[in-house]
Amino acid sequence: MKMVQKMKISFTVNGDKETREVTVGQTLLKFIRNELHLTGTKEGCEIGECGACMVLLDGKPVNSCLVLAVELDGKELVTIEGLSKNGELDRVQKAFVEHSAFQCGFCTPGMIISAKALLDRNPNPTDEDINEALSGNLCRCGAYQEIREAVKASVKK
Amino acid sequence: MSDMKYVGTDVSRVDALEKVTGAAQYIEDRFIGPMLHVKMKKSTVAHGKIKSIDTSKALQYPGVKAVLTGKEYSNKIGLYLIDRNFLAVDKVRFWGEPVAIVAAVTEEAAAEAAELIEVEYEELPGVFDPREAMKPDAPLIHEDLGSYKVVPIFYPKPGTNIANHFKLRKGDVKKGFAEADLIVERDFKVPQMQHVSIETHKAAAHWSPDGKLTVWSTAQSPNVVRQLLSESLAIPMHKIRVISSYIGGGFGGKAGASLEGLVVPLAQKFPGYVVRIVFNREEDMQGTFTRQALYSHLKTGVRKDGRITALEYEMIWDGGAYTEYGVNIVRSAGYSSSGAYEIPNVKTDSYCVYTNNSIGGPVRGFGMCEMQWGIERQMDEVAKELNMDPLEIRLINGMKDGSKTAAGQEVHNVGFDKCLKTVADKIGWGKKEGKFHGKGIAGLVKCPAQPSNASSSAIIRINEDGTAHVLVGAAEMGQGMLTAISQIAAETLHIPVEKIDIKLPDTDFTPYEWQSVGSRITYTCGTSVKRAAEDALGQIYCIAANLLGVPEEDLTFDGSKIYSTKDPNIKATIREVADSCKKCTGEGIAGPIIGRGSFVPSNMTNLDPETGQGNPGMFYCFGATGVEVEVDPETGVVTILQLASAIDAGKAINPRLANAQLRGGTVMGLSTALYEELRFDKGVILNRNFTDYKICSIDNTPHIDSFIIETPEEGGPFGARGIGEQPMIGVAPAVANAVCDALGIDVDTFPLTPERVWRAINEKK
Repeated sequence: MKMVQKMKISFTVNGDKETREVTVGQTLLKFIRNELHLTGTKEGCEIGECGACMVLLDGKPVNSCLVLAVELDGKELVTIEGLSKNGELDRVQKAFVEHSAFQCGFCTPGMIISAKALLDRNPNPTDEDINEALSGNLCRCGAYQEIREAVKASVKK
Repeated sequence: MSDMKYVGTDVSRVDALEKVTGAAQYIEDRFIGPMLHVKMKKSTVAHGKIKSIDTSKALQYPGVKAVLTGKEYSNKIGLYLIDRNFLAVDKVRFWGEPVAIVAAVTEEAAAEAAELIEVEYEELPGVFDPREAMKPDAPLIHEDLGSYKVVPIFYPKPGTNIANHFKLRKGDVKKGFAEADLIVERDFKVPQMQHVSIETHKAAAHWSPDGKLTVWSTAQSPNVVRQLLSESLAIPMHKIRVISSYIGGGFGGKAGASLEGLVVPLAQKFPGYVVRIVFNREEDMQGTFTRQALYSHLKTGVRKDGRITALEYEMIWDGGAYTEYGVNIVRSAGYSSSGAYEIPNVKTDSYCVYTNNSIGGPVRGFGMCEMQWGIERQMDEVAKELNMDPLEIRLINGMKDGSKTAAGQEVHNVGFDKCLKTVADKIGWGKKEGKFHGKGIAGLVKCPAQPSNASSSAIIRINEDGTAHVLVGAAEMGQGMLTAISQIAAETLHIPVEKIDIKLPDTDFTPYEWQSVGSRITYTCGTSVKRAAEDALGQIYCIAANLLGVPEEDLTFDGSKIYSTKDPNIKATIREVADSCKKCTGEGIAGPIIGRGSFVPSNMTNLDPETGQGNPGMFYCFGATGVEVEVDPETGVVTILQLASAIDAGKAINPRLANAQLRGGTVMGLSTALYEELRFDKGVILNRNFTDYKICSIDNTPHIDSFIIETPEEGGPFGARGIGEQPMIGVAPAVANAVCDALGIDVDTFPLTPERVWRAINEKK
């Protein structure tokens, strides 16, 4: 077996400070799911094509399958589990509920993270902005129309 | 039925909060315990004899617990035709077929050890086109076809590669063609595609020392997984528990049984471990069911007035290396072979043919997208030759109440005309909008393809406080089953949806459900739930009557209390009735209330083996798609300007979710119309990721106008019929008809990629 190297990292996850030993070479996605046990982040392709594993790293949306866990050192991580505060849903989550902007739900955490990141940097996105920001999030159920409506509805609030 | 409180309303999805917060558990999120990881050694040739397998290096790899090959594990599996090995035995039949499996303490160790397995093959000539594979001198893929167990409604031809030949003979085609003024003959082709659910296929197994097997699976059909494992491994059903969770997209790809069989024998070797297999995207693309390619030939006879008098339809399906499930797609397309139209004389031959391509199997539409591609393209070509409006010829021949399908089954409650007219109106049919603009329309129909006695069942437990648990074995894969079924239960029980809890399938606790496939759950499971709710309600009235001393027929239930319609002061709360009801003297009247309901169709029959005549459909769901496109003649790029989709749902249990299904299916159809095609090179799939296998994303998905038509279905719960697959069927032909209209070109296959359209334009020049 290959030699397993470990490294100690400190970071913030969904508002909490953490220090952990991580395996060098482990992806952030595997670390989030298998070590932090935050299973809301999903694995769909492992090569950055589907967007199911999208998380916010220092406020920016990234495919966590393309980032190494060691890169989390000193950074702030927000996963789908960290969006609601004190039991109150984020406005994007509320809009997704109101518009049934999902079907199977597997792409939904990544989709909501991408939408959240868009609204954080552009509070008034056009349809084109929404299409561009979410074009890396695949939804095989084809709920795109409802998703567009949900993102637009979260703008109004 | 206008006084309904829950059915027909836009109840919010019951899975919404879990799904938007990341709390919803999919099956991999539920693999807990000491784990072993399984990886496959896959075949590197498409057709070959296995000369030797050397597993010694893999077994010595640190962390490896066991290696298994087809020699030790030669069990077969199959839903309709038992032709498929979990692991290749003696020979491999497609590229990527599992030859051996490794269990190790980490996924990395399992993957690296699998690489160390050495397999020596003697390559055999492969056959990759079913038309070639049908020829008498083609290399045989299944030499032992004659010895395979098969459900007797399928007709394999031992000594050939034909796994099923479905024959249909309605009326007299000779006479029909003699009556025709015009005969149009054409060939069509539909390529293979993949479901590409964003959640890949996954399974895990646990063997407890007392011989109980627990399987966690992404299966759409936990009961079928249990049945097939029980038959294949000779384990009695009560010793197998199959658990499914939220499914991250099914679309038919997770129907039947597949990878579960790869983890069970390893779990049996290591009791106490959770032995898991998780397909990566590439394994999912090539190792799971693909939609079978179809090569078809249509000959249509038509009178000058547009009435079609005869149809000859030959379908040659690429079944791939194993056709355990595919044989039924071929049958289903065969008995439905006049599409949404009534044609008095039909002769159909539908062949399921083995090739050395990936395994063919169910995909949303179950043969209808492929078969009706030919019907709907041909309809436009016939209209063109007659100089007739494509909408008009569809209205003339479209099925109406009392029409007979190709199988001779009478259809009722048909709103097909309305679907066609609705989408035509929406896209401004008949108005030419610009030089390279075109409009296209397509009709569609589908009935669930299922054995005539495939059944459903439901249990409803009324709690002491009058809330209820609904237990069903249907899968929630995004279609909204949990919500719709809760609404049916709520409406029947007269209690609000919020007072109902509904569970995901677990064969140890949820009652039998055949499969969540075929757009059948709303109808079959919905009927079972309605019956279970009626049973529970009957018990509530019976107990209350006893308690109150009035006849049952005088009682009514408003969700919280049961009272006499003659004297509302004579009443009891639901709590008094449901919580181990007793008289005022203390003597008990009745224990807990448990409602039961089951359903099996009584309107389906076997089909005549020679003529294919009979009643194969439980219900028929009709619809139509209308499209307006603009094509760039320089680049061949197709832009969708309008896309309208209508389905006759009978009754939408939840209109918002029904519309979401309708649009979602339309998006999937559009994705196949413009982008999707598995590209094979001698059995090797070349596009095995989302970069090379493009699907619709949000930026290329247009606005879709969806229309739910409601012509009540007599047998369905509250008049409902299933609509999950149907919206996909009409999209590819409608887009193609619009592209042909725009440019005056002719296409016989799809996807309509810029290259394909550009070539068609240049061929015309």
